[in-house]
Amino acid sequence: MGMTITEKILAAHAGKDSVAPGDNIWVDVDVLMTHDVCGPGTFAIFKKQFGENAKVWDRDKVVIIPDHFIFTKDTHANRNIDILRQFVKEQDLPHYYDVGTDNYKGVCHLALAQEGFNRPGEVLFGTDSHTSTSGAFGMFSTGIGNTDAAFILGTGKLWVKVPESMCFEFTGTFPDHIMAKDVILNVIGDIGVDGATYRAMEWRGDAVMKLSMEERMTLCNMAIEAGGKNGIIEADETTTDYVRQRTDAPYKIYHSDEDANYFFKKTYNADEMEPIVAKPHSPDNKAKVSECEDVKLDRAYIGSCTGGKLTDFLAAARLLKGKKVQIDTFIVPATREVEEDLYKEKIGGESLVDIFKNAGAYLGEPSCAACLGGPKDTFGRTDDNQVVISTTNRNFPGRMGSKQSYVYLASPYTAAASALTGHITNPAEFVNN
Amino acid sequence: MEKIIEGLAYVLGNDIDTDQIIPAEHLVYSLSDPEEKKNYGRFALSGVPGDQAGLPNGNVPFTEGENFESKYSIVVGGKNFGCGSSREHAPACMEIAGVKAVIAQSYARIFYRNSVDGGFFIPFECDTRLVEDIKTGDDLKIDLNANTLTNKTRGKTYDLKSLGEVIDIIEAGNIFEYARKSGMIAS
Ligand code: SF4
Repeated sequence: MGMTITEKILAAHAGKDSVAPGDNIWVDVDVLMTHDVCGPGTFAIFKKQFGENAKVWDRDKVVIIPDHFIFTKDTHANRNIDILRQFVKEQDLPHYYDVGTDNYKGVCHLALAQEGFNRPGEVLFGTDSHTSTSGAFGMFSTGIGNTDAAFILGTGKLWVKVPESMCFEFTGTFPDHIMAKDVILNVIGDIGVDGATYRAMEWRGDAVMKLSMEERMTLCNMAIEAGGKNGIIEADETTTDYVRQRTDAPYKIYHSDEDANYFFKKTYNADEMEPIVAKPHSPDNKAKVSECEDVKLDRAYIGSCTGGKLTDFLAAARLLKGKKVQIDTFIVPATREVEEDLYKEKIGGESLVDIFKNAGAYLGEPSCAACLGGPKDTFGRTDDNQVVISTTNRNFPGRMGSKQSYVYLASPYTAAASALTGHITNPAEFVNN
Repeated sequence: MEKIIEGLAYVLGNDIDTDQIIPAEHLVYSLSDPEEKKNYGRFALSGVPGDQAGLPNGNVPFTEGENFESKYSIVVGGKNFGCGSSREHAPACMEIAGVKAVIAQSYARIFYRNSVDGGFFIPFECDTRLVEDIKTGDDLKIDLNANTLTNKTRGKTYDLKSLGEVIDIIEAGNIFEYARKSGMIAS
């Protein structure tokens, strides 16, 4: 019996020739990532379990990226950054991206990619559920809690139950106005918020392989919104081009076998995809944009690890150029690199930053910002019953701040088109003009 | 490990996500400072919308006022309990509030794993949709030997699903004790 890419990577990291879904195995970890919300708790457990003076298993494999509560006056939040600094100093860790320095990056999942920590064939754990994002590079990656992260810090290993795999294949070509966000919202709507629980979500098909790395990341990013353990896309030339610009570290490319066993398989025709939103208050509350055009909005939010990458802002800028937004529109680049690109990239001679400013949008600093609400002074946080269209990944009650707010999840195209009209709007005619 | 767990029920619906269990604005407190961590108990389940909090009637606060401990120590949920983020603050805040067990139809993976590996409480599964049978405040008893749940208030008993392979970690106390017992890390 053949194996899927997920099974092959896990087997290789457990020193086995083969594994099957349901097997409990111990795997060797290539990278452990943590951030300001979960780092302090992880370090406390590590010290309690392995001793005050214990050293992490491999300094070079620990990556610490503060990103969640950054630009806030909240004293507890700022103390958490101090705890990260202190631990980095004690352990002499090379991969730390400190707040307030030139080295600050922003949202961890994109920073991992941009700094060269996503490499095909590797196993990466992070103390954040959207760690599934890294699977876009043909690697196994998933989110864990503080206890498991502390265990890895001490041992370099973790137990994993080998997941069954689900295969989502897209043939053809996505229409111009369709983004990866529409695709993942569509799939989550089909299978439900627990439709992939304990399972790997593998993306295949020529339409998927035509996507850029950033769009592939969006697909894998939201695996967790269907309960998935990991999202994964086989590496190809697009992947290795991206990786080679960012690291010389070795990698290994795995492919699923022809006769691999899938728990579920579905083939979609990419050409038939339509813009999708997830209505409040669940990512699987799917509707076609065309069915929601009467929903009036108070604000638009374009940001996060899902919808705050350069591709996302290029899409938004294409629609906003030379026009004015009708509602409060918040632009939050995920990382510094994306922020710098907003100044560098131009459409018709105008930088993206200028396009957004001239359209009347507000620009925030790179971080998670209002994607998860955060402290009261967070940029873009909802504080009342606002109706928001957002490129983020979760619209649970209170996720963006106020329990009274209503969040519609959408692609950057849909968010930008809607910002221009003040109600949910199909981007097709804007894009195809 | 305790073989009998008794307590009052606090009943919730489907898809109770980690933002409802502990809203992100509270994720700033220390989990190791014994005084400061009480905040987590105080705000445990505070993000659940009022009409869903403590079914069937709703609007039952899990912890009251400044209290960090809840009078409810067994939480009953529907499908996909604990979905959303990987924050271990979620099972931790429930333990700090005094939760000994959760019984749900199904769990989100990371929440389940965190509950077991961190040794916060035992996450039981039950095929029966208890949310419709049990009312907040009912007196419950879990018998780990028999793998059953008894609602003493209503005189009904249900079978719980076997804990399967994770029983070894639960019995050891947490993943570290388990690894010490099995010789993976030095004791
Ligand atoms: S941007 Fe949002 S989803 Fe992404 S890591 Fe930050 S809080 Fe999590």
